Amino acid sequence: MALSEQRTRRIIVCDTDKCNGCQICEFICSVVKEKTTNHKKSRIRAVRIEPFFNIAVACRKCEKPTCERACPRDAIHVQADGSIKIDKDNCNGCGWCIESCEFGALRLHLDGKVAFTCDFCTEFEEPQCVKYCPKGALKYTTIDQAARESVKDVLMDLIEVRES
Amino acid sequence: MRGYAGKYLRVGLSSKTVSEERLEEGMAADYIGGLGFGARTLLDMVPKGVDPLSSENVLAWWTGPFAGTIVPTGSKFGVFALSPLTRIFGFGICSGGFGNELKSAGWDGAVITGRSEKPVYLFIDDGSAVLMDASGLWGKTTWDTEELIREELGDGAVRVAAIGPAGEKLGNLANITTDRNRQVGRSGMGAVAGSKNLKAVAVRGTRDVEVANLDELTKMALDLNERCQGPKTEKYRVYGTPANILVHNRLGCLPSYNFQRGTFEKAEEVSGERMLKTHVKKILACTGCPVACDHVNEVKEGPYAGTVASVDYESLAQLGPLCGVSDLSAVTKAVEVCDKLGVDTISAGVTIAWAMECYEKGLLSKDDTDGLDLRFGNGDAVVEAARRMSLKEGKLGSFLSEGVRKASEKLGRGSAKFAIHCKGMEWAAYSMRSLQTSTVGFCTSIRGADYLRSGSYQVDVAGKVDRLKLDGSRGKIVSDGENQYSIIDSLILCKFTRGVYSSMDEVAKLYTLATGIEMTGPQLLKAGERIYNAAKCFNVRFGMTRKDDYPPPRAFEETMADEVVKGTKITREEFDEALDGYYESRGWNKDGIPTKAKLIELGLTKEAEEVGA
Repeated sequence: MALSEQRTRRIIVCDTDKCNGCQICEFICSVVKEKTTNHKKSRIRAVRIEPFFNIAVACRKCEKPTCERACPRDAIHVQADGSIKIDKDNCNGCGWCIESCEFGALRLHLDGKVAFTCDFCTEFEEPQCVKYCPKGALKYTTIDQAARESVKDVLMDLIEVRES
Repeated sequence: MRGYAGKYLRVGLSSKTVSEERLEEGMAADYIGGLGFGARTLLDMVPKGVDPLSSENVLAWWTGPFAGTIVPTGSKFGVFALSPLTRIFGFGICSGGFGNELKSAGWDGAVITGRSEKPVYLFIDDGSAVLMDASGLWGKTTWDTEELIREELGDGAVRVAAIGPAGEKLGNLANITTDRNRQVGRSGMGAVAGSKNLKAVAVRGTRDVEVANLDELTKMALDLNERCQGPKTEKYRVYGTPANILVHNRLGCLPSYNFQRGTFEKAEEVSGERMLKTHVKKILACTGCPVACDHVNEVKEGPYAGTVASVDYESLAQLGPLCGVSDLSAVTKAVEVCDKLGVDTISAGVTIAWAMECYEKGLLSKDDTDGLDLRFGNGDAVVEAARRMSLKEGKLGSFLSEGVRKASEKLGRGSAKFAIHCKGMEWAAYSMRSLQTSTVGFCTSIRGADYLRSGSYQVDVAGKVDRLKLDGSRGKIVSDGENQYSIIDSLILCKFTRGVYSSMDEVAKLYTLATGIEMTGPQLLKAGERIYNAAKCFNVRFGMTRKDDYPPPRAFEETMADEVVKGTKITREEFDEALDGYYESRGWNKDGIPTKAKLIELGLTKEAEEVGA
């Protein structure tokens, strides 16, 4: 049986050990996507839960996206790669998609009052927040690959401890 | 105007009024931002004779042209007022996300005057600003205040800068805290806020910050971000500033036992290397910072288990070795106490270390300390003393809450000889006698004993000069450093990135790309000189002359016993030579007063008239 589609989709994965809450991903996103600096127009959000926990969250490319089902105006369309496209003409900013998203990955735009979310910078080779995260905390990868790398990290630590 | 918002808030707490003022482009180019704007505000608004804790003092909040932009570490802010601790130019520069938010709300700063009848906090919500009732917040810690205000406003993204109980009680050492771990430290800005019944400033900013050339600025910023992962910032990224403990200890310039010594026999136990292994739980970054230096400790076991605090070199050194303490958990607890209650850790450490020396010399009895056993090395006593002085609790608490100068004046009996301060500002964690260029910089600093105004310790630590001697040439090293640092503090950038810029011209280019105002490196340095002189004029207005530019007697009268720097002290003759050299390089007279000619050259014509020699 083939893998479910979601498992083959690349998403933005955040290493919470490396993420330190610098918000540079938000700055990059607003420059790339909005041609201005306004971190509140970023498609990725850095979240800090005091005192230690930091994570950056973007669209998860859900297999059965609740946002699509929640939209009463047929403004949300799932693309072949799993990303979400929002039809600005149909969206009236009601916010149901935002409420329905368990990850808080959609927001209401400050100017147009329409919903917006990450499009994974398809015009570039990879999302620009990933490219420019100064600590390499963000990866554009599948969840399975992310898991493999986590295991590798743990093992490397173990080896280091043994050797020292 | 680009980079700048082009306007700032005027808030009258007595009259409950809020208005919008324009930021003139001439002011922007001449004074850059941050420290420069602060110096201009205090000169213009605080006349001679004002009591720092009266309604006539101002409390000015300023960002620089980079706040809210993609420029790395550009989102800092400063708070400025006549200091209750030093009674001269007072301020603290701070990071976190507050400065970014303020600029995003459309403001370069906020100038607050008067005094509210009841506790209030100022809520700046993009274009509007309102005074909110803070009666329910009075008495709360800085950390709780942040959370409670976010709850009240129903927005977890609002940034808050708040005072703790120490500020409310007008303690001279009170600071202002934002994002839990970042402080507007030193010189008692928290007490000025407290005297105005201003518990906090909360900001929500949702606007675009326009820059002159977004593409080029972004390109440069991304390149700088990458350079910030290189060797120039490695120390800050890996161990954080506590890496200094062992470096300074090896050189005999790690102050211990109230500056009696320059080494600490248990330095290993409080080293950055040790701390990283046993106490650091997470390294955090301020908004827009690619470096990330903020080493947050968690105490895992023992009586202080569960304590969380961000511990940097200065806090660690002054609440640790300076008090003879080698217990990292106790130091972390003392920092947490100071941060939550809102007191400056450097000043607290120096004041407690002085009290410990008094106690050991029999100048303070157990009755004077309300029973506290203030022996050097007693970490629990440091934690408790920090708590009491923050809250002005009991005899000891209120006695120490005014800082080391006032406390030693009150106690007398020769204790002023080892009250380690300059102009009332407690000395930071750089040995006076074994880092002598540093000491000159501490003494000429416009904020009182201060490592952050010139960075003059760097030539000593790097071995570029004979750090155990002084001569006239040190003056120019200090004044050049001051001019450079004044620019860093005005733009405002983090000093931890100073090494990644190739030249002042590169910094000027960044300024032009952000603001559209043409600027060169030499012009920036000239502005730095103007800004430093402006702040100095303010201090002259409040009576400062050459006599105030000296270190405490311990520097001259006692020789060091530590093996590596054995026999070292500062000679008065050499120190005078260095001071002469400094005044000469500044174009000031021998009494340390800026000359009329120098001030006119810098465009400070009003000040030339008022204080120029």
